[in-house]
Amino acid sequence: MNDPVINIIEKYNKDYTRLMDILIDVQDEAGCVNEDAVHKIADAIGISVVDVEQTLSFYHFFSSEPRGKYTVYLNNSAVAIMMGRDMIAGAFEQEAGCSFNSVTGDGLIGLFDTACIGMNDQEPAAIINNEIFPRLTTKKVRQIVKGMREGRPVEELRGNDFGDGANSHELVRSLVRNNIKRKGPVLEDGYKVGSVIREHLTNMSPREVIKTIKKSNIRGRGGAGFPTGMKWDFCRRAEGDQKYIFCNADEGEPGTFKDRVILTEAPGLIIEGMVIAAYAVGASEGLLYVRHEYKYLVKYLNKVMDEMRAGNLLGKNIAGIDGFDFDVRIQLGAGAYVCGEESALIESAEGKRGEPRDRPPFPVQKGYLEKPTVVNNVETLCLAVKILKNGAAWFRDQGTEDSTGTKILSVSGDCREAGVYEVTWGFTVNDVLKTVDAEQVQAVQVGGPSGALIGPDEFDRVLCYSDLSTGGSIMIFDENRDLLKDVVLNFMEFFIEESCGSCSTCRILPVLMKQKMEKILEGHGTEQDIKDIKEWARPLEHSRCGLGHTAANPILTSIKNLRNLYERKVKKDVEFDTGFDLHKAIREGSDAVGRIPIAH
Amino acid sequence: MSKNFVEFIIDGKKCMSEEGKYIIDAAKDNGVYIPTLCNIEGLKPKGACRICSVLVNGRPMTACTTPVTSGMEIENNIAQIEGIRKTIIEALFVEGNHFCPSCEKSGSCELQALAYKYKMLVPRFPFMFPIREVDASNPKLIKDHNRCILCKRCIRGIRDENDRSYFAFKKRGHEVEININHEMANKMTDRLARESMDICPVGALLIKESGFRTPIGQRKYDHLPIGSDIEK
Ligand SMILES: Cc1cc2nc3c(=O)[nH]c(=O)nc-3n(C[C@H](O)[C@H](O)[C@H](O)COP(=O)(O)O)c2cc1C
Ligand code: SF4
Ligand code: SF4
Ligand code: FES
Repeated sequence: MNDPVINIIEKYNKDYTRLMDILIDVQDEAGCVNEDAVHKIADAIGISVVDVEQTLSFYHFFSSEPRGKYTVYLNNSAVAIMMGRDMIAGAFEQEAGCSFNSVTGDGLIGLFDTACIGMNDQEPAAIINNEIFPRLTTKKVRQIVKGMREGRPVEELRGNDFGDGANSHELVRSLVRNNIKRKGPVLEDGYKVGSVIREHLTNMSPREVIKTIKKSNIRGRGGAGFPTGMKWDFCRRAEGDQKYIFCNADEGEPGTFKDRVILTEAPGLIIEGMVIAAYAVGASEGLLYVRHEYKYLVKYLNKVMDEMRAGNLLGKNIAGIDGFDFDVRIQLGAGAYVCGEESALIESAEGKRGEPRDRPPFPVQKGYLEKPTVVNNVETLCLAVKILKNGAAWFRDQGTEDSTGTKILSVSGDCREAGVYEVTWGFTVNDVLKTVDAEQVQAVQVGGPSGALIGPDEFDRVLCYSDLSTGGSIMIFDENRDLLKDVVLNFMEFFIEESCGSCSTCRILPVLMKQKMEKILEGHGTEQDIKDIKEWARPLEHSRCGLGHTAANPILTSIKNLRNLYERKVKKDVEFDTGFDLHKAIREGSDAVGRIPIAH
Repeated sequence: MSKNFVEFIIDGKKCMSEEGKYIIDAAKDNGVYIPTLCNIEGLKPKGACRICSVLVNGRPMTACTTPVTSGMEIENNIAQIEGIRKTIIEALFVEGNHFCPSCEKSGSCELQALAYKYKMLVPRFPFMFPIREVDASNPKLIKDHNRCILCKRCIRGIRDENDRSYFAFKKRGHEVEININHEMANKMTDRLARESMDICPVGALLIKESGFRTPIGQRKYDHLPIGSDIEK
């Protein structure tokens, strides 16, 4: 048959759980997933069209209407804006002749906003037809759009100024730079992939692996900080004829990009970590969930896995361990921060909306396809390899009492040396600022929008699980930044945009809080509004997942740590202000009739 | 299979129930009412409305999705939790457009009944007054999205013989809405259309022409507050 949509569906065996892949391929092939395609997919799989549409409409990079022969996704998160995103957006709009979130009349160019694309150290950056365009200038934008008009392939628009390391590999060919500023156990040179499997794993029982991981006291690097050894042990003990290892490379927290660098420079180490985890828990299949923004790395990642298969590091009887079979496939996301949450990640990998699950049961009990599943962050898995190599004591000797080992930080914003730093836990915020050469710092966002915004009097605080816990995102804002408007409000918009919409709390309250914030910023706020906003956040704690739990953090932590910013904005002389602006409300009517109102 | 019974505590009261039952049902067995909106007996729970939040050993959990275990200490009827529930009810009211006096479901509506229970006079939040769709294109059903609280009951409860969905979520976050498979719904039986209306806790799904059989004033919550049949 020569219907491309049908071919794609058949390529995935009409399997509902591969709906993400089907939609990604159709979107790539046809530029959108239109009604006709939706019907074909629904019919072939044997599900209701609304079940195709529920997945389709959930993800940012899917669309039921064409998004242009060239589709520009320009990052609009806080740091991108600081680095000049609005000027770039203006240039795109002017050159293309359409405004953002629309497509030119001739269908040639579509311009769209997108949340942080993991390039905070090289903003302003855009994704155009799956290629990354970092460090954009207005001049470059003019060239790009000119090239589009001439119908050039996107590779030509991109050029050949490839980044360092594997960014220049023939299967990657991207302009992205690694900006590795400090190397540690994950990013160090000279490690030969597979040596821990061959030299250590072959001499250890699964129990011994778990014992070593437990002894190292390593906790998850994805943000939540759950003890990795315990997680593996739970999964090992869970009943199930089949078990899975998931590597979480969704990296959606604005400001983090270290997983992108690991995927580029140490992909073999990640897979090796998955193999070790599989051995420890008795899993036979693995899945590397890569955010759609990093699609440009997929061919390369597949090649790395092919090499590992050839070297007997994946596949059957790995490294000669009799009966130890394990293989990994890549699952792409399609633009949804919440899919980084482990149970949403699993739902997404099953072809569904990325809606987190209620717990219990936990993924280690009932995960992918209802089977026990370990979900670990990219960095956690890499570190597990090095723990087996160097021993638990080596790991425990680094860092602090409750936070052992190293952590990779993604540092961006107002500093001279944005990039990736592999440090030991116990680093203070001041240490970070000194290392990255930042001056006149007004505030630092530690742990991304879901973390905390802190001011100078707290810069001596320590990066560790018991003080400032972080998945590694650090954004720096100097004294010239309007924190409430450019940072806090931007982050609130991010959570509103990214909520899955399942919980009443997380779906509604951040919107109301953001409106209140706007009231304050417009000069209509009172002390009572600050109190209200804190009170309104309380039910969020009763949401299902971490997104809802932390969705008010931009506001709550800035009120707590930088209260003067609010005090300066709110009215002191009144107890109540409706926020109603009479002039604004009648402006449209006045304009229509051409009268200047005398309203008081 | 022999049933395993466990002891647990709700607000200081010693309770007993089958192990593995959801807290909501276990509480009911012991004469304790925990409010619900998205939960409905016989369907897999989906923790969407968060109204049934309780503290389990001090931690927020939804009672409709959490199984009881031995020795659990549950806090339900405490100021903190009741305050959260009232806030959620108010948030649901401002999120949509709920004009109870003109709503077909008035008196049988669980959202309205809970608003009475929590003595909501006026929501603390500004109304959002969203512009929302009323879809009457289907021969049997009207979907009034103004009133939908996105509880997913219709999604979970109304399926065809091949377990295919008539209803599903569309979009995400603040923009989520209920999407109807019109081809399937056009062929819906009268019985299933009525079941759709009945499964909806609010007046977002209505069957055409016949409406409701019981006059306002004689409906379920017109005389007895919600939960009073459970509370002992
Ligand atoms: C909204 C949300 C987004 C998340 N995004 C990520 C992510 O991008 N990468 C990640 O590793 N963990 C993410 N997490 C944490 C995961 O749920 C999970 O804890 C983690 O992947 C477990 O791996 P670890 O124990 O190795 O950290 C996220 C959590 C939430 C609530
Ligand atoms: S807290 Fe938010 S993102 Fe998480 S499940 Fe609930 S609605 Fe979805
Ligand atoms: S239509 Fe009714 S049953 Fe369906 S989600 Fe909305 S409120 Fe719930
Ligand atoms: S009834 Fe439990 S979350 Fe809705």
